[in-house]
Amino acid sequence: MSNAPSSRLPALVPGLASALVWGAGQLLNRQAGKAAFYFAFFAGLVGWEIASGNYYAGMDFTARGNGGFFVKGLWGLFTLGTQSRQMTLTGLSEGDNSITLLASGLIALLVLALLAVIWIWGVRDAAAYRATLNTGGPRESSAAYYRRLWDSAFAYIMLSPGLVLVVFMSVLPVLFVILVAFTNYNRDHLPPKNLVEWVGFDNFGAILSGSAWTDTFLGVLAWTFVFALVTTVASYALGFFQAVLLANKKVKAPRVWRSIFLLPWAVPAIVSALVFRSMFNGQFGPVSQWLVDVGLTDDRIYWFTDASNPNLARAVVLLINLWLTFPFFMALVGGVLTNIDASYYEAARMDGASALQQLRHITLPVVHKTVAPLLILSFVSSFNNFGVVYFLTEGGPDNADYRFAGSTDLLVTWLFKLTFETQLYNIGAVMSLFIFLIVGTISVWNLNRSKAIREL
Amino acid sequence: MTAKTIERPAPSGTATPPRRRRRPRGEGLSTVLIHLELVLVAAVVIFPLLWVVGASLSPGDGLGEVSPFPSEATVDHYVNLFTETAYGRWYLNSLYVAVLNMAGSVVLAAVCGFVFSRVKFKGRKAGLLSILILQMFPAFLAAIAVYMLFLNFGLLDSLTGLALVSIAGALPYNIWLMKGYTDNLPASLDEAAAIDGAGRLTIFVKIILPLMRPMLTFVAITQFTLPWMDFILPRLVLQSADKQTVALGLFNMISSEYANSYTTFAAGAVVLALPITILYIVLQRYLVTGASAGAEKG
Repeated sequence: MSNAPSSRLPALVPGLASALVWGAGQLLNRQAGKAAFYFAFFAGLVGWEIASGNYYAGMDFTARGNGGFFVKGLWGLFTLGTQSRQMTLTGLSEGDNSITLLASGLIALLVLALLAVIWIWGVRDAAAYRATLNTGGPRESSAAYYRRLWDSAFAYIMLSPGLVLVVFMSVLPVLFVILVAFTNYNRDHLPPKNLVEWVGFDNFGAILSGSAWTDTFLGVLAWTFVFALVTTVASYALGFFQAVLLANKKVKAPRVWRSIFLLPWAVPAIVSALVFRSMFNGQFGPVSQWLVDVGLTDDRIYWFTDASNPNLARAVVLLINLWLTFPFFMALVGGVLTNIDASYYEAARMDGASALQQLRHITLPVVHKTVAPLLILSFVSSFNNFGVVYFLTEGGPDNADYRFAGSTDLLVTWLFKLTFETQLYNIGAVMSLFIFLIVGTISVWNLNRSKAIREL
Repeated sequence: MTAKTIERPAPSGTATPPRRRRRPRGEGLSTVLIHLELVLVAAVVIFPLLWVVGASLSPGDGLGEVSPFPSEATVDHYVNLFTETAYGRWYLNSLYVAVLNMAGSVVLAAVCGFVFSRVKFKGRKAGLLSILILQMFPAFLAAIAVYMLFLNFGLLDSLTGLALVSIAGALPYNIWLMKGYTDNLPASLDEAAAIDGAGRLTIFVKIILPLMRPMLTFVAITQFTLPWMDFILPRLVLQSADKQTVALGLFNMISSEYANSYTTFAAGAVVLALPITILYIVLQRYLVTGASAGAEKG
């Protein structure tokens, strides 16, 4: 079977050949089809670079002026541009746009990483195939190889649309945010007018170094934790209570009640939150008016805008959020309750357990076992809850000690303001990383306890 | 597995905390107390909703003039909504994004979920791990980056772009959900089909896909309703007046011209909320089951 002259080649040779010119090793191994496959990627890479660059200009080569997609991309990623827009005799000169350079560089880097996988694959394939031949293994034609490959290719082909979408719409933006956190991209450095520069850990330093940023960050962080914790505990407690009440046989038409209580969950949160916002409007809202009318307060209460009373705004936000979140837990617990075996209660009754004891020692543990993972999920989603606070208060009332944040601002609404309203993209990016770190830690901890990881 | 156990909603109540036989004398009183509590909570739940419906039917414009039970109800604001504001345009925009988001999410989640659950291939484990990590990354963080990217590349203001970003944002979670659900479908089914000579594509389309229906329904409903309520992503990605979605339009109505078009806002809120509310109440079983299945799986 094995071919006498070439079989004496050590495995390293085709591997090295493939490392220098893609597919060359395969050609040495007499697998023309495979060689063409790898070479096509090589030719594509070089062709793309030359076609998108300016290699025949005949002047001194600079990455900025002559580089193609890859060379100029990497140059941009490292330097973020070198020439800002300037006034010249002929008008405004074309300056470098640091952010497009950064993003294109990132895309170039991603494509190169993908090609590197194919390159390594080709090198290893050339060497491994030669090694098999040298030890007397059978020859395999390229066609047979591709037939074998097709089996695993099925998975890749089916996954590729989703993969492309996720890479460009999720992974790329995430990497981009991580990079922006190390630049000075903000309202004072807005391309194409100004250049953006790498600043290392300066932004992290600014937030953690004990300035007004630190106070804001710690204050907002603490309130975010309180918000998430209180929301989770209170909505679970109220949901549990309502579900147990509804499961009582004495309740007439439980389905009707259940559907009514589910309404806050079913109505889009943006609608309910905006309605509450107007009901608790200080100047015109009906709640303040009603309190004055029945004589409980002398003046109208400015629920969300009274800077002297931030805790009032916080309490109202928590109550309204409880209104929004308890029905889901009620539905969940209700589902679990219907599946608790009636014989448990029967046995408990025989032993003379009171209703309260049964609730505490049978119902609660069984429900808790099922609902516990959802509590973490609920905590995380409350932590990231943008809508309720933004729609109700837009972060207000104002807080003079905070930078660009109000007293009810959560980390996410603050982040939104930093990015969208104040254009402090670099600080916003750092905040994003902090949020990811916190949420990620909680999720990983939760994941470790669940069976999800082991089932991979 | 929870998917099966939670499916039935509370029927006649097998799980009654059995107070009644022990204290027959207190029975009447506790029945009254329970119903009193139910009525109280129901009132708190219903009042804001009733109030916005009342506001949408109240004559006048301002927030100060509305009442939950207007004495002279009018549907003028509903007419105004479609004749004098761009509500119809916003509604169509939201519908377009919603349909695209639903279709894209269902197809991609079903295909990828199937592959991850049933096909052995190199990189499967790494792929699943990246999916798990990606779904931890809150979607709006990517949204903020997408905003910066789109801003600099001039891609802002596209409804299709918005749909693509939201499909991608929810995809890791949806794949995870579908993969977990498919794992619980008996493997004997596809093995039998494979013995009969069915290819992998046939097995997917003819056998697995029909069995995936409950979880696909969940993905379809959540992804269809999401764009109607989503605010942060469209706020970042969309700019021009004729590209707004319902959520954006409503928010602008209430935050900018606060005091003088409140009743029209209320009408818009009712028109937005009604179909979604009905959908949620009718399909509550699927939705609660699906949400708890996701938590079960990580």
